[in-house]
Amino acid sequence: MPELTYRNALRAALTEEMARDESVVLLGEDIGVYGGTHLITQGLLDRFGAKRVIDTPIAEGGFTGAAIGMAMLGLRPVVEMMTWNFSFLASDQIIQNAAKLRYFSGGQVGVPIVIRGPNGGGVQLSAQHTHSLENLYGHFPGLKVVSPVTPYDVKGMMLTAIRDPDPVIFLEAGALYGTKGEVPEEEYTVPFGKARVAREGKDVTLISYGRQVNLLLRVAERLATEEDVQAEVIDLRSIRPFDEETIVASVKKTNRAVAVQEQWRFFGVASEVAAVIQERAFDYLDAPVERVSGAEVPAPYARNLEEAAFPSEQQVIDAAHRVLYREG
Amino acid sequence: MAVSKEARDKTGGGKATGAASPNGQQPAAEQTPDLGGERLLELYRKMLLIRVFEEATQRAFRQGKIGGYLHVYIGQEAVATGFLDAYREGDKVITAYRDHAHALLLGSDPNAVMAELYGRGTGIVKGKGGSMHLFDVERGLMGGYGIVGGHIPLGVGMAYALRYEGTEGIVQLYLGDGAIHNGAYHEAANLAGLWGKSGMNPTLFIIENNQYGMGTSVERATAMTDLGAKFDSYGIEHEKVDGMDVAAVIACARRATARVRETGRPYAVEALTYRTAPHGAADIKESYRTREEINQWRQRDPLGLVEQRLLDSGAADEGRLGALRDEVKARVDEAVRFADESPEPPLDELHTDVYADVAAQQETEPTHA
Ligand SMILES: Cc1ncc(C[n+]2csc(CCOP(=O)(O)OP(=O)(O)O)c2C)c(N)n1
Ligand SMILES: [Mg+2]
Repeated sequence: MPELTYRNALRAALTEEMARDESVVLLGEDIGVYGGTHLITQGLLDRFGAKRVIDTPIAEGGFTGAAIGMAMLGLRPVVEMMTWNFSFLASDQIIQNAAKLRYFSGGQVGVPIVIRGPNGGGVQLSAQHTHSLENLYGHFPGLKVVSPVTPYDVKGMMLTAIRDPDPVIFLEAGALYGTKGEVPEEEYTVPFGKARVAREGKDVTLISYGRQVNLLLRVAERLATEEDVQAEVIDLRSIRPFDEETIVASVKKTNRAVAVQEQWRFFGVASEVAAVIQERAFDYLDAPVERVSGAEVPAPYARNLEEAAFPSEQQVIDAAHRVLYREG
Repeated sequence: MAVSKEARDKTGGGKATGAASPNGQQPAAEQTPDLGGERLLELYRKMLLIRVFEEATQRAFRQGKIGGYLHVYIGQEAVATGFLDAYREGDKVITAYRDHAHALLLGSDPNAVMAELYGRGTGIVKGKGGSMHLFDVERGLMGGYGIVGGHIPLGVGMAYALRYEGTEGIVQLYLGDGAIHNGAYHEAANLAGLWGKSGMNPTLFIIENNQYGMGTSVERATAMTDLGAKFDSYGIEHEKVDGMDVAAVIACARRATARVRETGRPYAVEALTYRTAPHGAADIKESYRTREEINQWRQRDPLGLVEQRLLDSGAADEGRLGALRDEVKARVDEAVRFADESPEPPLDELHTDVYADVAAQQETEPTHA
């Protein structure tokens, strides 16, 4: 199987779907002439023309709203948020219109839009440019929210997203655009609402999504080699719909769980994971579910402070030790 | 009242006259004042400090000593230098992320600014904000901001507060050509115009029109490329100035700040300038513009223009300029050394400044982490 970077897998999905479906259009800042600030849309203006690859001014609320209007009439816009930090300006359109139009029109209109871009921190962009927004958008009925971390998943889920009849919030692991993975040449899709078991194990379940999955895989490797603890790693991939089954099945096997998220602890995705486990696997638990989250502060700039603000391998290992009663 | 239609027709917007800039727009203002040799030298020293400082930050970025985003002011020095020449104590200054020059011109310690970019505890905001978020409240700098357009309403609110408190202060509100297409600008400009009717909005909008918002030229961002005209809709008068010529900017700034101060009404100046550096230090792609275009603007480099004037008038010779360069370079070297030798912020700084007091912060912390 050929290896592609996350970036190229994403571009392949956009290119193939634009070739297949004329209703797909792209909108965003510097996606055309400039080729995309993260080069996701490089070459697409030349290939598909300015009518389908639409460079916009810095007007997130306006162009996201306009894309929603296009979608209401049957186009399938894929909107690039240069980074998800700028989506707060578009969030009124996303939440007040995209998420609810089908409902408050009594089913008369749908909004088949995808809004995509890099999400999450880790590159010293400080407070206004560092957010992990899964829980925010995941809160709203009417939206679908996904957060793929492998090149395979990002391509397969992008195809699913564009073909979906409803609005999809597509949160990319911006820090991982350059990472490689196997991506088949033939067409495939990855469904929403299905978590991925990224590593199998029997002793403890580690659950996350986005770039933190790689952190969990490193932790699992350390636990295996240093302590002979076999951790199972679950990559949620899809935040809404949320795959309860995979989590519950794993915890029934391991009886212990640690949920990890880059975002803030209060009201985050990890809280949802913990709640689902206690609702559906309470009798199987040998220890309270642990959460590891970002520090409860806006993101700092200084390298050492930023490192301290995000979950670390050691924090996850400590949490695993607590649920395994191996403290100290 | 907005500029009359005839005036606009004559000049292509605002009341600007003079030589056309390389892109054919009308910059320049009235007769530039004779600044006198020593004063011109002083302005040159300020612009040179910005230039040399910014070049040092670019090097440090390449060495990995500065992280995150880094946006330099190279090519635009005359704009902030000219406007902040009219700064008076009690005024407030607010801008976006391209903010190093504004801090240096307001007198912030270059050591503390450089240390901030290095993410050190001795930084001007303790290493917490980095390049995009310089603040020096004591000197009137109310911040650099990272979300395009997001700071514009803040500036308008500050102008209201200054009048509310009965002060003579005004707000110098800097914004980019790209920011003017954002809703935040339009809502805030409307408020400024409205509140200005009762003298409650001494905001001086300064558009740093460097021709591009990242890779998007003004022509590719709007059908109405006369950016000053955007203010007409909100009852705010405006003009253009040649943002490459510090003397022209100073003349304009004196007049503009005086009228805003006197009337309590907003006013706007579109400074035509050019960013010769890439948008951000990490954005090496320059496919959206040509080498020739950059070189053409470089011929009107703001520092080059002043150097020429100094030499032509005999106010300085090459020897004097060389000595000045050495002096400025030594100052910047010192800032770099200071930043390099400064310690990282202590880890407990992570949890301070979230709320006014640490107790409030602790109340919102998880009980078990
Ligand atoms: C709301 C928002 N959208 C997008 C960005 C990304 N971005 C950062 S700077 C910039 C260009 C802004 O151009 P302009 O206002 O002309 O300022 P300049 O960089 O030229 O000084 C963009 C699009 C952002 N920071 N905020
Ligand atoms: Mg600009």
